[in-house]
Amino acid sequence: MSDNILEVSDLQVRYRVGRRRIEAVRGIDLTVPRGGIVALVGESGSGKSSVSQALIRRLAGNGEIAAGRAVFDGQDLLQLPMKRMRAIRGGSIGFVPQDPNSSLNPTLRIGEQLVEGLRLHLKLGREEAAQRAVRILGDVGLSHPEARARQYPHELSGGMKQRVLIGMAWSCEPQLVIADEPTSALDVTVQRLVLDQMQQLAADRGTAVLMVTHDLGVAADRAEQVVVMRHGQVVDAGPTAAVLHAPTHEYTRDLVAAAPGLNSVRLTASAAPVATEASHPILEIRELRKTFTLRRPGAAPEPFTAVDGVSLAVPAGRTVALVGESGSGKTTTARMAARIETPDSGSVLLDGQDVTTLRGEALRQLRRDVQVVYQNPFGSLDPRMSVAQIIAEPLRAFGLGGRREQLTEARRLLDAVQLAEGLADRRPAELSGGQRQRVAIARALALSPKLLVLDEPVSALDVSVQQQVLQLLVDLQAERGVGYLFITHDFGVVRQIADEVVVMRQGRVVEQGPAERLLSAPEHEYTRALLEAVPGTAAR
Amino acid sequence: MTKLLRPTTLVSILVVLLCVVMAFAPQLIAPGDPLAGTPRDRLLPPSAEHLFGTDSLGRDVFTRVVHGAWLSLAAATLAVGIGGLVGGAIGLLCGAARGRVGTAIDFVVMRFVDVLIAVPGILLALIVVATLGFGPWSIALGVGLGAAGSFARIMRAQVLRVRGEEYVEAAAVLGVRPLGVLGRHILPNAARPVLAMAALELGTAVLSVSAISFLGFGVAPPAPEWGSLVSAGRDYIATSWWLTVLPGAVIVGVVLAVTRLARVIGESR
Repeated sequence: MSDNILEVSDLQVRYRVGRRRIEAVRGIDLTVPRGGIVALVGESGSGKSSVSQALIRRLAGNGEIAAGRAVFDGQDLLQLPMKRMRAIRGGSIGFVPQDPNSSLNPTLRIGEQLVEGLRLHLKLGREEAAQRAVRILGDVGLSHPEARARQYPHELSGGMKQRVLIGMAWSCEPQLVIADEPTSALDVTVQRLVLDQMQQLAADRGTAVLMVTHDLGVAADRAEQVVVMRHGQVVDAGPTAAVLHAPTHEYTRDLVAAAPGLNSVRLTASAAPVATEASHPILEIRELRKTFTLRRPGAAPEPFTAVDGVSLAVPAGRTVALVGESGSGKTTTARMAARIETPDSGSVLLDGQDVTTLRGEALRQLRRDVQVVYQNPFGSLDPRMSVAQIIAEPLRAFGLGGRREQLTEARRLLDAVQLAEGLADRRPAELSGGQRQRVAIARALALSPKLLVLDEPVSALDVSVQQQVLQLLVDLQAERGVGYLFITHDFGVVRQIADEVVVMRQGRVVEQGPAERLLSAPEHEYTRALLEAVPGTAAR
Repeated sequence: MTKLLRPTTLVSILVVLLCVVMAFAPQLIAPGDPLAGTPRDRLLPPSAEHLFGTDSLGRDVFTRVVHGAWLSLAAATLAVGIGGLVGGAIGLLCGAARGRVGTAIDFVVMRFVDVLIAVPGILLALIVVATLGFGPWSIALGVGLGAAGSFARIMRAQVLRVRGEEYVEAAAVLGVRPLGVLGRHILPNAARPVLAMAALELGTAVLSVSAISFLGFGVAPPAPEWGSLVSAGRDYIATSWWLTVLPGAVIVGVVLAVTRLARVIGESR
């Protein structure tokens, strides 16, 4: 019996798109020892998810395994007939999918979904399987497991659903669990609990885990071995300590340097900053409050206070980071600060002027000074416009210059955000995520605003691209003296960019202060919990 | 590209091209006079000389079908144009007004649209024709209004969808005026499904226009038109089948071809 539960050699996966063949995985080797945790790390497009899908033979319809062997417990997974494969999937190989919100059947109770696998693989009777399902729910740390088993997926939070899926993956005593980005959709504190749970189960049952992740911090904290992939090939592999803490390969070194959790240095501008009077606040919000009405079927509408008396100030030319987990009210606060939503009470002051109640044309004129960059670079650009038209749009809206001058300015802005001029005629769909976000930043800067509200501007990007965009923001701030209100859930990003930090929870500010002080010596317990939950901190 | 090379699609393209030639340059295909008949040659069956045979006045049916294409197709196209513009405008305004100043306006207008859709299209067209007088252009208006309801609904649904997109909010936050947002962002992104529907609706319109002129509300007798050709042949259906069957087959062929192409266009989006 081999020491390795899984030995993959020369695995090749390709996809057919039209007449073209895309080589997604070009011959990778990888081994998972019995009971060990191996992290497969890479940026989007590196082929890491194709590997995990190929191993359970669930590639997309246009994908095929071109060559290779994957020996699992003495048998080659890639050669097995589908019938045998089905017995292995969910039986001796468990799978934890990426998105907990779309991976459970919404019409079945949680318990029923667990029972299905138990009866199929362990041939348990109905009663026995139901009891086992409840025990599994308890094992993954859900409170009141009997009640949970009778609930439907929509009644559980994302973190709870991911625990159910983890329980499901472990339910049939697997020898190997493949987890594809198991916590990417979760908040850091929840992520930490879920990963703890996984590690605990792996240790207790001696299960091997192959964890696919883009997050080096998660890999550094949890894995014993790391395999780094790029362009469908393995560029670096070995024990975690060797690969991530003393990287020898150039690409790994870049990745580690860019990983926000592992690296904690404030980025500095490449050029000397313009002089600004830092004391004078460009934006001030006072006691903002916003209540929404929650309507649930079968229940009376109830008020929900999203933001409850938040005050903060953004000094000119500085960055204030507004940090919080999902549901903390940070985005609503930012939207009120940018006057996209109107607060129920409180006031927004821009450059000392009260702009809380501006409407119509006066509100439109405010846009010259306040611009917004959205989280999703795929959604915030009109798909039918060219890059040049998108960037020139604010100029057009305010009638600044003729058409030719607007296009010249658009090209100049493209240059300012370090994009090639040749991109000017492309459409957003032809650009990568990082390029799109640069276009969005260029558009926001077109009117030379005094304040930029950035709503999670880098959370949809790969770490190395994220690093570049953050550097760009820092440089632009130094050059133009723009104030940033920067919304994020990621403390790694906060370290890299913030001068001041405001931590929000359940609509209230729990702590605020200068970044250096707050990050090194947080006073509030919640801030400390958030900081400790950042992946990669355990390794530092 | 491969979709365009499917045999049915190729045939459809050919048929539509042929229709365009028939409508704009009928002389190229049928050089004869559609109105002049030779009484000696009345009710001849189809032959090499008279492809579709001749009618009771000895006129060549093929020539009449080819020359009738202009009226039939122009009326159908105009009907779709009217329906698309009127319906599209209603849908755009209702979709844009909803949730702002005009939720009530939207509600009232869309209930009228519901009524419009509930009334059978052909009945609505007959009412318009009866009010405005006979002729292909009032048929076009009638058929167009009948289709306007569906256009309004589709356009409104699309506008509501696009309005929720982030780039529309982003445009407003950039400082684009509300009308600019509507014209530059919402309309172009909402218009595509409406255009696809217009292509689909063209086939139906050819059928409706022919049906109404078959009932005798179309052009005055000597001028050729597809629906009235079929109608005129009805009296001889027992003896001279070609008078009804062949013009009818042309109508069916054109409707099928246009619908097929519309589906291909719709899929390739």
